[in-house]
Amino acid sequence: MGAGHGHRLHFHAHSPVHRAPAHLKVLALLGFMLVVVATPREAYAVFVVEALVLLGVIGVSRVPLGYLLPRMVVEVPFAVFAVLMPFISHGPRTEVLGVSVSEPGLVAGIALLVKGSIGVLASLTLAATTEPQDLLRGLQRLRMPELVVQIMGFMIRYLDVVTAELGRMMTALRSRGCDPRSPRHWPVLARSLGALFIRSYERGERVHLAMLSRGYDGKLPQLEKTP
Amino acid sequence: MSAPVLDVRDLAFAYPDGHQALFGVDLHVHRGERVALLGPNGAGKTTLVLHLNGILTAGKGSVTVSGLPVAKENLREVRRRVGVVFQDPDDQLFLGTVRQDVAFGPANLGLKGSALDRRVMDALDRVGMADFADRPPHHLSYGQRRRVAVATVLAMEPEVLVLDEPSSNLDPASRRELAEILRSLDVTVLMVTHDLPYALELCSRSVVLSEGVVVADRSTFDVLTDEALMAAHRLELPWGFDPRRIDSLPG
Repeated sequence: MGAGHGHRLHFHAHSPVHRAPAHLKVLALLGFMLVVVATPREAYAVFVVEALVLLGVIGVSRVPLGYLLPRMVVEVPFAVFAVLMPFISHGPRTEVLGVSVSEPGLVAGIALLVKGSIGVLASLTLAATTEPQDLLRGLQRLRMPELVVQIMGFMIRYLDVVTAELGRMMTALRSRGCDPRSPRHWPVLARSLGALFIRSYERGERVHLAMLSRGYDGKLPQLEKTP
Repeated sequence: MSAPVLDVRDLAFAYPDGHQALFGVDLHVHRGERVALLGPNGAGKTTLVLHLNGILTAGKGSVTVSGLPVAKENLREVRRRVGVVFQDPDDQLFLGTVRQDVAFGPANLGLKGSALDRRVMDALDRVGMADFADRPPHHLSYGQRRRVAVATVLAMEPEVLVLDEPSSNLDPASRRELAEILRSLDVTVLMVTHDLPYALELCSRSVVLSEGVVVADRSTFDVLTDEALMAAHRLELPWGFDPRRIDSLPG
């Protein structure tokens, strides 16, 4: 299947950040995010320091910003909400570029946008510098419940398989004159997503059978990296 | 003669929804044999395979593996003895690297450290995939994934290898390579297939399952040349293929 090499969020390089143990990176990210979230809304100087720390880490990791920034589109729904806040909030009004907006809304919107962006960029940096398998091992070392780690592992493994399957279904639909972008064809699209769900569910059952056949008893053997 | 590796007696099974798939199947496979299990779609072949390692439990009759009955208390040992390679390698390979996937079975059997390592590399060697140990399975070609799937089961050192449609979706070169690998293995094989030339090439004996019963158990050559039997059970040779015109078969 036409899966690219490496995971799509991972940026291959050799840097101290890449080499750092995954569980330390997860803890560092968690700590950093708690600090960012706890920063008071109007302490803009602190936000600048936090952003500089993050940019410093990215600099050391040698992951180009041009790689990380386009991947920040996941933040768009948040950004839309943050931009709306000054318009829908109550409280004293203030003028920005000749438009009357709510002052508390403006402050909250900016804070949400800044905190969100720092968080997304920090998470992307972790993803870019850590192989998914190492991340799983790191979580295992942090005593994340076994079942959760297993589920995450399966998600990583089958993401490409399910995406490729969806791609083939879309190609088959297009070949028969369906345009998935046109709302007229959305019912068909919904049905094929349903079919994809059923197929994935059945694949899950087949994977489980194959695991049982090799003596699975509810616990994955330790995923230690062998030299 | 020693106990057969696989001994299925009068096996009947109905799914919970009432659909009966097997009506009294008798099948025995002896050590060192390679046997093909043939039959049209819906004949019950997969249902039979799932009984061999205790995924499904017999409604009536019995399944014995080298003298050990397939029953709840023996499941672990039964699943070590019977290695099932499923049709879609993506169902079988679910971990991050080839090495981890091949290690999954033997690790479940309690192997650790260097013994586990040796077992894994040995199994990969036997299917010619040792150089790919640290690659993620989804980066391999389909044929390579099928070979790794065989290795995941070989690593458990089974007494019998059960292959579900081993040649499906393979290009002719991968199909031939897999045949060479299967022939080189010193292991008992039960191969479920629609690929009749493949059965003739690899298995001297064939068992035909149709509508939940065994309707023939003879040499593969005899089965493939019995036109009445073939027609009655929706078995067809590829166009232009005539077993009588093949003068020698590979070992």
